Amino acid sequence: MKVLEINHMKKSFGDLQVISDISLSVEEGEVLSIIGPSGSGKSTVLRCATMLETLDGGDLIYSGQYIATDDGEKSVYCAKSELKKAYRQFGLVFQNFNLFPHYSVLKNVMDPLVCVEKLSKKEAEERAMELLAKLGLEDKRDAYPCQLSGGQQQRVSIARALAMQPKLLFFDEPTSALDPELTGEVLKVIKELAKEKMTMIIVTHEMQFAREISDRIIFMEGGVIVEEGAPEALFATENGRIKDFIGKFNA
Amino acid sequence: MSFEVMLQQLCIGFTATLKIFFFTLLFSLPLGMIIAFGRMSKNFVIRSLSKLYISVLRGTPLMLQLMVVYFAPYYAFELRFGSGYRFIAVIIAFVLNYAAYFAEIYRSGIESMPLGQYEAAKVLGYSKSKTFFKIILPQVIKKILPPITNETITLVKDTSLAQVIAFAEMFTMAERVAARESSIMPLFVAGVFYYIFNFIVMFVMERIEKKLSYYR
Repeated sequence: MKVLEINHMKKSFGDLQVISDISLSVEEGEVLSIIGPSGSGKSTVLRCATMLETLDGGDLIYSGQYIATDDGEKSVYCAKSELKKAYRQFGLVFQNFNLFPHYSVLKNVMDPLVCVEKLSKKEAEERAMELLAKLGLEDKRDAYPCQLSGGQQQRVSIARALAMQPKLLFFDEPTSALDPELTGEVLKVIKELAKEKMTMIIVTHEMQFAREISDRIIFMEGGVIVEEGAPEALFATENGRIKDFIGKFNA
Repeated sequence: MSFEVMLQQLCIGFTATLKIFFFTLLFSLPLGMIIAFGRMSKNFVIRSLSKLYISVLRGTPLMLQLMVVYFAPYYAFELRFGSGYRFIAVIIAFVLNYAAYFAEIYRSGIESMPLGQYEAAKVLGYSKSKTFFKIILPQVIKKILPPITNETITLVKDTSLAQVIAFAEMFTMAERVAARESSIMPLFVAGVFYYIFNFIVMFVMERIEKKLSYYR
């Protein structure tokens, strides 16, 4: 079953068309990576899919339910109550974590459970601690984000997203704010999730990582999908531009 | 007049000063928040009115505002209030004036919050009001504490302006005693009172800042 489907997405900021026409979908349990140069519109696709930006055109469909429908001129969003349900379907991990600095690690993970999911404090704490343990952060439960390394902060933010039990997890360049050493610990966590068949869409500049864990990779440039395919096929492409781009990262 | 009698007179004035101080904070802190929201509103009319309000209240002397609030009901509408109105006029003028300053402090704090905090809350499903009260406001309070302390200290000293409509706060009392006794002593003692008051304000605010310094 398709967890997410995007048909002919369009998005402009003022006169600048960032996404011209993008269609993609993810099946349950699939890992999809989006790569491409900066300014190609990768992050905008993610921001539109997570409703941080509104589509100018095209459909946005979660688990078969139309969140936005193209009426021929623009995208029309469904009622607010339906939108609320859609938010529960996905989680998003940001490039710069966006943890709540005034909350402890534990509270960062459990507060949405109490506040949004309406779990009891006890249940929320149990679920939060389970995830923190899984991500190796048990002993950091009472620490504040400013006391953690970047890699630990990103793991907390992954725990926070997972706690909401999303069907689909988005990653927006999850390691771009980290040094190579810390990058490793975050990538390891994402690999674990891939093994457990978590459905994920990952925007990344880590070519080798994308190649290892993805079921499918999309190469984007200039607001369109240039090529799409299995990692091995994409990395063996005859397209000069993509070869050039991947080559630069491997060098 | 003995020193004790003078102190007694000043203490009566000081009680009135304290009243101005507390009532002004009590009402102007929340009112400032409402005006700050008006100032940041998407609605052009609300935004413009809030801007005008802030600009006038910050752009004219508080002393003048005190006189307007006190005398306007009579001169403009021929309304007469009892003697109790003097205190009410003081509070109204101070609250309106300080709310304008607080509004701009709140706005600076709210607008300095990184967008990512709103986005993280939104994606997690927090409602708009929960995002504001649980995520944004606590961080804003920490940020704006130093300018709020500044305004509060100014307020302690500004209470002496109530003298202009003959409200018997501490400065008014000190001046009266000084004139009667032909002595500078009462004014000097009043100065000490203001300083001690502000010393306490600074001490309390510093404690609060320390309490909130557990995160960055």
